[in-house]
Amino acid sequence: MSGIPHDHYEPKADWEKGLAKRLPILGLMYDTLMIPTPKNLNWMWIWGIVLTFVLVLQIVTGIVLVMHYTPHVDYAFSSVEHIMRNVNGGYMLRYMHQNGASLFFVAVYAHIFRGLYYGSYKAPREITWIIGMLIYLLMMGTAFMGYVLPWGQMSFWGATVITGLFGAIPFVGEALQTWLLGGPAVDNATLNRFFSLHYLLPFVILGLVIVHIWAFHTTGNNNPTGVEVRRTSKEEAEKDTLSFWPYFVIKDLFALAVILAVFFAVVGFMPNYLGHPDNYIEANALATPAHIVPEWYFLPFYAILRAFDDTVWAVQLASFITGGIVDAKFFGVLAMFGSIAVMALVPWLDTSSIRSARYRPMLKWWFWIFVFNFFVLMWVGAMPAEGIYPIIALIGSAYWFAYFLIILPLMGVIEKPLARPATIEEDFTEHYPKSTEATPAE
Amino acid sequence: MFRTLTLSAVAAFGLATAGLAAGAYDTHIEDFDFSFEGPFGKYDQNQLQRGLQVYTEVCAACHGLKFVPYRSLSEDGGVGMPEDQVRAYAAQFEVFDPELDDFRTAIPSDHFGESGLENAPDLSLMAKARAGFHGPYGLGINQFFKGIGGPEYIASLLTGYTGEEKEEAGTTLYENKAFPGGWIAMAPPLDDELVEYADGHANDLHHLSEDVAAFLMWTAEPKMMARKQAGFVGVLFLTILSVLLYLTNKRIWAPVKGKKTA
Repeated sequence: MSGIPHDHYEPKADWEKGLAKRLPILGLMYDTLMIPTPKNLNWMWIWGIVLTFVLVLQIVTGIVLVMHYTPHVDYAFSSVEHIMRNVNGGYMLRYMHQNGASLFFVAVYAHIFRGLYYGSYKAPREITWIIGMLIYLLMMGTAFMGYVLPWGQMSFWGATVITGLFGAIPFVGEALQTWLLGGPAVDNATLNRFFSLHYLLPFVILGLVIVHIWAFHTTGNNNPTGVEVRRTSKEEAEKDTLSFWPYFVIKDLFALAVILAVFFAVVGFMPNYLGHPDNYIEANALATPAHIVPEWYFLPFYAILRAFDDTVWAVQLASFITGGIVDAKFFGVLAMFGSIAVMALVPWLDTSSIRSARYRPMLKWWFWIFVFNFFVLMWVGAMPAEGIYPIIALIGSAYWFAYFLIILPLMGVIEKPLARPATIEEDFTEHYPKSTEATPAE
Repeated sequence: MFRTLTLSAVAAFGLATAGLAAGAYDTHIEDFDFSFEGPFGKYDQNQLQRGLQVYTEVCAACHGLKFVPYRSLSEDGGVGMPEDQVRAYAAQFEVFDPELDDFRTAIPSDHFGESGLENAPDLSLMAKARAGFHGPYGLGINQFFKGIGGPEYIASLLTGYTGEEKEEAGTTLYENKAFPGGWIAMAPPLDDELVEYADGHANDLHHLSEDVAAFLMWTAEPKMMARKQAGFVGVLFLTILSVLLYLTNKRIWAPVKGKKTA
């Protein structure tokens, strides 16, 4: 598939030949599993498997939870308690599903940062990147709607705040918000449609994951050097690559087992650590919680949303130019969605011809500041919007946009990249000097 | 370099995330030492039974436990009452049966009632619905080491009355060191020796509060011991699997990396 020369599946037995003529499924499976993979992939290339596993985990636990859950404002909260108390192993199912969402986002952020550091989004992998960003957006939507289903206080008020964002859109906002909620406020209609979509979207994600894998199996994997696998001959390609099975399957499974051990420790010993106590109080439209805080994985974007109040000159300018149509609230919404949009556009914002930041001495530092900034935004998103926090949020938000809109375009022009190895083989030999003496066991 | 990222990310993640619950309350929550803390902590069956007694004799006057069925009192890893005692316990109460359209004597499959007083919150999940520990600076470090602190909050609230009271809009409010805002509508419910334990256990205010807080942790999380057990088995098996996969991986890659195979 990948354009990298390698052996393809040859049906041998009669039944295999017969099957191949009718349905080439064995060939598809063989080519997928035996795809030549750059042999210098490091441990940051394991997150794809983790993400695939968590998607399946979430779908399986979710389907079983649905068997016991009641999507109605009068019963949702107590049906979750029914799962926790009366369903066999229900507490494990529910806690695994709840914390599975957190694992999903830990893995997706690591996966995205890996892509940003090693330039995995660059030609010819732009489509893989765009599909990935779509998956990420759908994940956020799915996670948000899933959080509403237990119908706790944070479910209800989180839904109220986040759907309120759509209400900030000029002219159509209010009508749009009512349409999304199925009424003037978050109520039974909202719960039911969120439940329906929370069940639907994971399967859309699953479909997109298949396209995501198809896309990068067509271009081949990126790797830590960003140097392409040699495709001129099979011999050269084989010096740069190893088949996915068994080399990377076993490596990935090892990493997955370690991560799942940590996951089980969280589920078993501290399942509510990442949650919010207020969500153990049943939703009450008459009592607003003191602090409405989204789940941790939304906090950086929540910080960006709140960063732009009407004391910021950019907001005042936008308001002045548009004659007040773009107010502080709408500006914040634009900034939040814009922060993900600029990330999705990174294949065209990065002007450098070098993929991997390993050979980009200046960008490397900007990248680590970007990662640090991400955690700062996450932290400040959880703090009340008072005192010094809004200023920190504003600086962090500004850096987020500057990284994509100024630093990445500029670095391609002014930065002098370091020397790269000519081939993946060269990079691998540098790490493992003895590797040239041996031939891989076949 | 990515190893640094992974490590620092894990550290930063742990610090940054659990601070969500961080509130700006300057309340005083005492760190009670409960038997069920930590990965291997267990419920103290005797303590839960004492806590049930405190709840029954004092709290139940106003507060309900609507998510808790009487039958769960006999479950393993909890209060652990014999079934005949649970039947006798339930028989003290009356429930409204919609099929009979009348009240009848409660049986083990019925739930503890709802709150009798309109403003008294249901206590089923109270120990998970409150956080005792926050910060520092919203980083969640305290919660990582001390737990979320729900039962500590309950016990601190019960022992946190200063004795001051004030009138506000026709309601008497009582000053409390643990309550957000400092003034609570609930009169001090417990006092030294208010409940007489059958086993002669110490029944000063501190112990009564601690026992009922432990009981309410159980009502909030009745499957905690089974969950920890499952977590322990999961971690153990996955650790063994990790070691096996590590060795397999090493063996498979050895010829590629030019290392000796064992």
